[in-house]
Amino acid sequence: MSFEELKALIGDTFGEEVIVAEKTDKLQPYLVLQTERLAEVCLALHDHEQTYFDFLSCVTGIDNGPEAGTLEVAYNLYSIPYDHHLMLKVQVPRNNTPDQPIPSVPTVSHIWRTADWHEREVFDMVGIYFTNHPDMRRILCAADWEGHPLRKDYKLQDYYHGIKVPYDNHNENSGFRGEPQQLTTTPTPFSDKREKPE
Amino acid sequence: MEAKTGEGGIVITKLDDLLNWARLTSLFPMGFGLACCAIEMMGAYASAYDLDRFGIIPRASPRQSDVMIVAGTVTFKMADRVRRLYEQMPEPRYVISMGSCSNCGGPYWEHGYHVVKGVDRIIPVDVYVPGCPPRPEALIGGFLQLQEIIRKETIRAPRAVQQIMAKRAQQGQPVVDADRPAAAISNA
Repeated sequence: MSFEELKALIGDTFGEEVIVAEKTDKLQPYLVLQTERLAEVCLALHDHEQTYFDFLSCVTGIDNGPEAGTLEVAYNLYSIPYDHHLMLKVQVPRNNTPDQPIPSVPTVSHIWRTADWHEREVFDMVGIYFTNHPDMRRILCAADWEGHPLRKDYKLQDYYHGIKVPYDNHNENSGFRGEPQQLTTTPTPFSDKREKPE
Repeated sequence: MEAKTGEGGIVITKLDDLLNWARLTSLFPMGFGLACCAIEMMGAYASAYDLDRFGIIPRASPRQSDVMIVAGTVTFKMADRVRRLYEQMPEPRYVISMGSCSNCGGPYWEHGYHVVKGVDRIIPVDVYVPGCPPRPEALIGGFLQLQEIIRKETIRAPRAVQQIMAKRAQQGQPVVDADRPAAAISNA
């Protein structure tokens, strides 16, 4: 099934309004879906006789930056029996201040078990909550880590459990002044203007 | 023995030398590794480099270990565990920091949000082995360096006690004996 046919199928089944945007002129075309209807569409694509997307290749979280103010999640679907691909995206607003709750996207982990840990990684790194996920915890960072490291405006915390986090002049502060350097000859001054070979 | 030395089977030595010799020729490291440096460490244990000939045999428990080789990237998630394992080791205990990551953060020094920028921020380090990862020869060099450190030790000034005394002196407490006043000790 081609991209156009898949798009028509989704449009016919769920109504045209479910497709918010699309990108067809790229090597990998994609559809941007309504966030709240994502799970419903994915379940239909998984079960439909014509599509049978039984394999979720990847889930990716993307931060478009504070200027754009959006976060994206990309889903790469693959059908093993039909050998066709589809990329779906959802876009959610980004919380720019810490007091706003992090955005949420419906989970697809009940359709593909692959999504379970992928969504936990997106939650950990980019900070998107997946509603109805069975186990929405951090997967890579420590459980009490602050912030989501792959956000564009991520700031390191100063201390974690009493350990200084950023690199500083730790060695110098601890009294280490570097190895003594002894030159055997006087260094020749180096110029950027090298002599060019003939 | 008699035939070898001709001295009636008695060897006279200093207690310090005997203890240090025993310690530095049976360094038991803790069997754990964190990243690719651990592969080189395993290579050093294996038959080609054979750390066994130095009496270096990995132990499965911190309670039986003398030395901790921090072989690899120490993440903040692992930092608490490394510190606890170190605290579980009995004195005298030593630490070899193996590789750039555990020396100073290595390639993650600037943008590695998850990496401790040097394991010496958590536990005291005796020997730093540079390299990314260090070859087994370099690790053996680190062990030889550690042996030299142990060779100079004396039981009259155990390092752990000295550290405690230095800490007490820093806090303004009497360093001779914390439980009794200094005058009582001088009278005794």
